[in-house]
Amino acid sequence: MKTRHKKLLLVAVALLGLGAVAALVLNAFRSNLVFFLSPTQVVKGEAPRDRAFRVGGLVEKGSLSREADGVTAHFRVTDTAQTLSVTYKGVLPDLFKEGKGVVAEGRLNGGVFFAEQVLAKHDENYMPPEAARALEQAQKAQKTLVAPQGKQ
Amino acid sequence: MIPELGHFSLILALLLALTQSILPLAGAARNIPSWIAVARPAARAQFLFVAIAFGCLAYSFLVNDFSVLNVAQHSFSRLPAVYRFTATWGSHEGSLLLWTFILALWTMAVTLFSRHLPDDMVARVIGVMGLVSCGFLLFMLTTSNPFLRLLPAAMDGSDLNPMLQDPGMVAHPPILYMGYVGFSVAFAFAIAALISGKLDASWARWSRPWTTAAWVFMTLGIMMGSWWAYYELGWGGWWFWDPTENASLMPWLVGTALIHSLAVTEKRGSFKAWTVFLAIAAFSLSLLGTFLVRSGVLSSVHAFATDPARGLFILGFLAVVIGGSLLLFALRASQVGLGGRFALVSRESFLMVNNILLLTATGSVLLGTLYPLFLDALGLGKISVGAPYFNTVFVPLITPLLFLVGVGPLARWKQANVPELAARLKWGLAASVVVALLLPLTLGAWKPMVSLGYLLALWIVVTVAVSVQGRLRAGAGWSANFYGMNFAHLGVAVTVIGVTMVSAYETERNVRMNEGDTITLQDYTFLFKGTTNLDGPNYKAARGTLEVSRNGQPVTTLYPEKRTYTASGMPFTESAINYGFTRDLYTALGEPLDGGAWSVRLFHKPFVVWIWMGAVLMALGGLLAITDRRYRTASRRKGTEE
Repeated sequence: MKTRHKKLLLVAVALLGLGAVAALVLNAFRSNLVFFLSPTQVVKGEAPRDRAFRVGGLVEKGSLSREADGVTAHFRVTDTAQTLSVTYKGVLPDLFKEGKGVVAEGRLNGGVFFAEQVLAKHDENYMPPEAARALEQAQKAQKTLVAPQGKQ
Repeated sequence: MIPELGHFSLILALLLALTQSILPLAGAARNIPSWIAVARPAARAQFLFVAIAFGCLAYSFLVNDFSVLNVAQHSFSRLPAVYRFTATWGSHEGSLLLWTFILALWTMAVTLFSRHLPDDMVARVIGVMGLVSCGFLLFMLTTSNPFLRLLPAAMDGSDLNPMLQDPGMVAHPPILYMGYVGFSVAFAFAIAALISGKLDASWARWSRPWTTAAWVFMTLGIMMGSWWAYYELGWGGWWFWDPTENASLMPWLVGTALIHSLAVTEKRGSFKAWTVFLAIAAFSLSLLGTFLVRSGVLSSVHAFATDPARGLFILGFLAVVIGGSLLLFALRASQVGLGGRFALVSRESFLMVNNILLLTATGSVLLGTLYPLFLDALGLGKISVGAPYFNTVFVPLITPLLFLVGVGPLARWKQANVPELAARLKWGLAASVVVALLLPLTLGAWKPMVSLGYLLALWIVVTVAVSVQGRLRAGAGWSANFYGMNFAHLGVAVTVIGVTMVSAYETERNVRMNEGDTITLQDYTFLFKGTTNLDGPNYKAARGTLEVSRNGQPVTTLYPEKRTYTASGMPFTESAINYGFTRDLYTALGEPLDGGAWSVRLFHKPFVVWIWMGAVLMALGGLLAITDRRYRTASRRKGTEE
């Protein structure tokens, strides 16, 4: 094969390889994006059905309970406008506390959020930026209402 | 008084850094020997004053000077002395001072070990490093001063984050920083080469040991971070694809590509422009990693700073350094010249594919790490990219790379002898395939990923053996470079085995345990004997007792703790691990339940220490390679073409 043809072949193979890798990467990327939603958004029905997503806010005071097996926990997460019930099977992180910020990743099933992961891994004054924003937005939304629309 | 002394030293250091950069660089450009000669003394003086500043901050921590804001925010009177010392770098400001100190240290090393280099090159290298020092010193003095006072002084401190009160935390940041900052030397060499337009094989020979040294530190630093996360965070994980972890992995991947590319440039004179580009990229990623960790945009274990002014400064600094060096590269790379030609199948082409794979991996990790930030910055929503993405992308890229780790060192330069390679390796390959297919069956269920992992690891071992045997048979003498390389490659195989085994065969149980309950995991039985309360220096703890036995024979007793730190009131899990060559037994207390019971987390992790052992072997291999005699020729020739 002539040198020139060899070079073209090389370039073609390289481009094909690059294309394949790009397709692999982008495909893996899209199917593994995890969206973050506030409890308000979940209650409104914006949550994806076919994949895991994250929800964050404050752990509602007095909402934490544990089943007899010692490892299944139930609590409610709130952004002060809406609350969402969460069930988690596992040991909760050290910094998990009622009234503090939390982010949970999992799926929605029949109105209850089944968490696969619960994150709260900073110092006790820290709130995950996403949770903070969710709270902020909910509080802003409440302020713009003319009359109370009947909070739940 | 001492903090002010430290502050003043930083200002002096900045002035010296300016001198260290401007005069030597201008002197090298205009050929003024007296200006060039300023490089070494200015660098050494800068080191002295940065060291004084660092010492002043450390002193303030050690004597509990709570009139210093940084000390009040990150220390505690009852904190053990060693942690009071490490708290020096446990904060944003402190870690920047550590960064600057380590940069000054590397610069100092360059002044000492560069006798054999031409003066103008040394001047440029030290000058460029001086510019980086200027940036960091300015950053500290304008936005992140560690010596700010708190008046009136606090009665006591807010305590160091419990996660950092640990021996691993004493070592991990300094070692990792030695790596991060060490790439600045390679960067400086690259910039010096671009400015002077001279890039030959001797340039590669001079930069190689410095780059490998930085890489060794980086490897150890990442290994320590992974091991620390494993035993300290209480979840038994060793890599989370956390943005800060990625921030250290990316320069490491590019650094690995760089040390391999340098080998080609030194041996064959090829890949010159590419090597220069990699040096710029590696250091740019180090700086980017700094930005990612310091600006508070990430929700991660490491996120420190929340001040936008800081983020802005670093962004500007990044733009200047990366933009400037890439611009210089674009303008001057053509002058660097091409090297020797090589065939389609040759060691050079294998190393080229090695580089391409490593860079593609880096690119994917970069995409996954930065994409959420971009979306958030554009207000398009908050998303996260989790472990599944990184694993899906990383593994298919690393697999061919590992195959090349085996065959590359055996291929000849310029033109590989494919029939000869096939002949030498066919039995090794066959043996590896057979063992890899059969081994999982002895461990339980057959899993394809386990076979793949073992195949790659065994392949590397086999090819190293063939390579060493070939060399011994040919009667060639000792070569630190050759044996270092093979040792490091063996380390890769060890890590691969560790990752394969742990990912495929680890088992976990989260259970409620009353006093007297037992649970069995694999063939280990854990007996929970309740908890006792105890007082630590700066915490109170509930300490559990777990008696571990196997087939009726006692193995060990583990004491996981749940601590509450006095100053912050933070609860903290202290896991208890029984380390083993073939398995780790990992226990952690969950939460106290009613009736004296606790939820307990138990793991059986096979071969997990192999992951870190392999990394240590890689580092040792690199260290061995640096000692090669070729780097110690005391010649001051301006460089020879090979």
